[in-house]
Amino acid sequence: MSLLARLRPIAFIAALLVLWQIAVSMSPVHILPGPWGVVGAIVELIQHGLLVKYAVASLFRVSWGFALAALLAIPLGLTIGWFSRAEMALNPLIQILRPISPLAWIPIAILWFGVGDLASLFLIFVGCFFPLLLTTISAVQSVPAVYVNAGRNFGLSPAALVYRVLYPAVIPQLIVGLRITLGIAWLVVVAAEMIAVNSGLGFLIVDARNAGNRYDLVVAGMVIIGLIGLSIDLGMRSLERIKSLRWSYSEE
Amino acid sequence: MKSLVEPAKWERFVWPALACALFLALWHFLVIWSGTKVFPSPHDVEEGVAELATKSLLSRYAGDSLRRVALGYGTAIALGIPIGLTLGWYPAANRVVNPVFQMLRFISPIAWIPVSILLFGVGDTTAIFLIFLAAFFPIVVACADGVSNVPVMYRQAGRNFGLSAGRLLRRVIFPAALPQIIIGLRIALGIAWLVVVAAEMIAVDSGLGYLVIDARNSGKRYDLVVAAMLMIGIIGLALDLLFRRLKDFKSVRWGFRDGA
Amino acid sequence: MPSFPVEQTKLSAEHIGMVFTRDGKSTNVLSDVNLTVGRGEFLCILGPSGCGKSTLLNTMAGFLSPSSGEVRIDGEVVRSPDPRRIFVFQERGVFPWLTVEGNVGFGLFRLSRAERAQRIAHYVQLVGLEGFEKAYPAELSGGMKQRLEVARALAVNPDMLFLDEPFGALDSITRLTMRRELLRIWEAEKNTIIFVTHDIDEAVQLADRVAVMTDRPATIQQIVEIDIPHPRDMGSPRYLELRHGIFDQLGLAHKV
Repeated sequence: MSLLARLRPIAFIAALLVLWQIAVSMSPVHILPGPWGVVGAIVELIQHGLLVKYAVASLFRVSWGFALAALLAIPLGLTIGWFSRAEMALNPLIQILRPISPLAWIPIAILWFGVGDLASLFLIFVGCFFPLLLTTISAVQSVPAVYVNAGRNFGLSPAALVYRVLYPAVIPQLIVGLRITLGIAWLVVVAAEMIAVNSGLGFLIVDARNAGNRYDLVVAGMVIIGLIGLSIDLGMRSLERIKSLRWSYSEE
Repeated sequence: MKSLVEPAKWERFVWPALACALFLALWHFLVIWSGTKVFPSPHDVEEGVAELATKSLLSRYAGDSLRRVALGYGTAIALGIPIGLTLGWYPAANRVVNPVFQMLRFISPIAWIPVSILLFGVGDTTAIFLIFLAAFFPIVVACADGVSNVPVMYRQAGRNFGLSAGRLLRRVIFPAALPQIIIGLRIALGIAWLVVVAAEMIAVDSGLGYLVIDARNSGKRYDLVVAAMLMIGIIGLALDLLFRRLKDFKSVRWGFRDGA
Repeated sequence: MPSFPVEQTKLSAEHIGMVFTRDGKSTNVLSDVNLTVGRGEFLCILGPSGCGKSTLLNTMAGFLSPSSGEVRIDGEVVRSPDPRRIFVFQERGVFPWLTVEGNVGFGLFRLSRAERAQRIAHYVQLVGLEGFEKAYPAELSGGMKQRLEVARALAVNPDMLFLDEPFGALDSITRLTMRRELLRIWEAEKNTIIFVTHDIDEAVQLADRVAVMTDRPATIQQIVEIDIPHPRDMGSPRYLELRHGIFDQLGLAHKV
């Protein structure tokens, strides 16, 4: 890519920032911050050590909720995807539970776990469980029959069939599903923190507004959330690339 | 890949029915066994739904939620499809805009609430704005990807037959990209439905999401909470199924593998 | 129809019928197919695409149960796939997540490590993939992937090989090379081979006998014995005669 082409996105962002600053300066009510205000707020957060603290809290919740969901959803998904009768049986239940926003589970979460970390973990778990389950089921169902037939042909036991053929075959699709679900988890954690706990980046946003209309902190929080979410996604994508280079499914 | 025995047709109904019955029985049993005073049994939920229906809260709140989705999602489509198609058609433009999009994508719509309330106040507009935000990005991405994934062969064939750029877009590119666009639209609708419920829990005072929170706050009516959740699930499913019907139209069916 | 004395019969298919039902509609794919295959024989099943020859092959290998009739191998009824009779799919049957070595050694899990390494090396060399042991299928050409699949099949020393249009995805020049390779391997390993194809030349070049199938519902309309010793000259009168015979059998014109 030529230097000019590389510069264009940056120029575009710069243009947006300028527009933003102008809009803020021109508005009669000075509540929303301009880009400089946000930078200042971020610096402030770093100085008070809050940035790291809150980011870690959010990441911590995401990791645990996501890991738990994966631990449950993937084996379950492999099983359901393999046995068409299981899929037939459980599909209606899954399809009804899936569209229910994780946040709608809040009353139940609070009922079962009280207000606090466990409740927010549960919300993240719910938010991750169904997408992962469905992705795994779909991945199993799209394993080409040739692979399974070949495995049977060579006399593999059912267990060996699962871990020597099925599992390697679903991994590429699974990794994509994991990346997307991790993105969902990141969205849910922020929402959950805005409602049910008192730490983390979501909490920061709510708190900054409630305790003094600090919209510069609010937007700073949003920016940080966006950046971390993006980094997670990019990280997962590079993982995808490593794996797929190794197995090169893209030749399909 | 499924296991090897082909199931009979009647099994399509028997197995799910069995599973649902088992689930309800288990639920009922657990409620009794745990001696909980608050968590509803399936029967309680059923009565809750009936109560909501007779008070016509159900239809009113469901109507509110659907209305907001319609407006937010509709706006997202109206803006998102043209923008997405343009970005897909001009990869250079895509490269410029993409970084910004990628960053904005990961900010939960809920995190926009304070800003949204500031700009639009509490109420319908805020909710619609959030839904728009949530649905906008998936739609743009799906359209852009759909267009850029159209095989070069099709564009070349179109040019070969002397189509102008406008005709090419309308008669070749758009139909070819349509399956992927439809998938994106369906996913965006699902997201919109999730977000409307979340937005209603925080920023407005009507709708199914609001009902979930309100039922708990004013009297710990968990039967109504679960009833509302059930309705959310059913309506969300219905929306999704409606969308899947779209795939059956012959003009797009070619783009979907069996059972996609 | 010439058949083999019982001790010489490797596979016998008797009155095989196959009906597929889908959404209430049933299709009669195979109808009263009778076939015997001798030990160490190279048999081709020939027919146009979609006539059911793949279905027949899958049935003989144990992946499908016939609606009627039965298949016996070495006298036993065939009910399921078995490592003694390996099915070679078109190159897409190769596992993309394993290297060449990994693929070839796939069925050798019962052997000791030393034995496995030895077998892998032998068959990698036999199919001409030396130097590519650590390569992944994505890095191989279509012809190489097909050879890999054959190596994988051979490594477990099966009595029988079923090949379902294995060279279909390859260009016609590579196909010629692959046919020679296959014959070379067959003469070295002496397994019984059943080879499905829609290519008349391929059948006449490779097989001891060619079973010509009709359209759906398919049955065997004729078995042609190819009595030319290998290597076969594609210009020899006998070759052309047999070839024309099959063309006629299939009702095809000789001239384009």
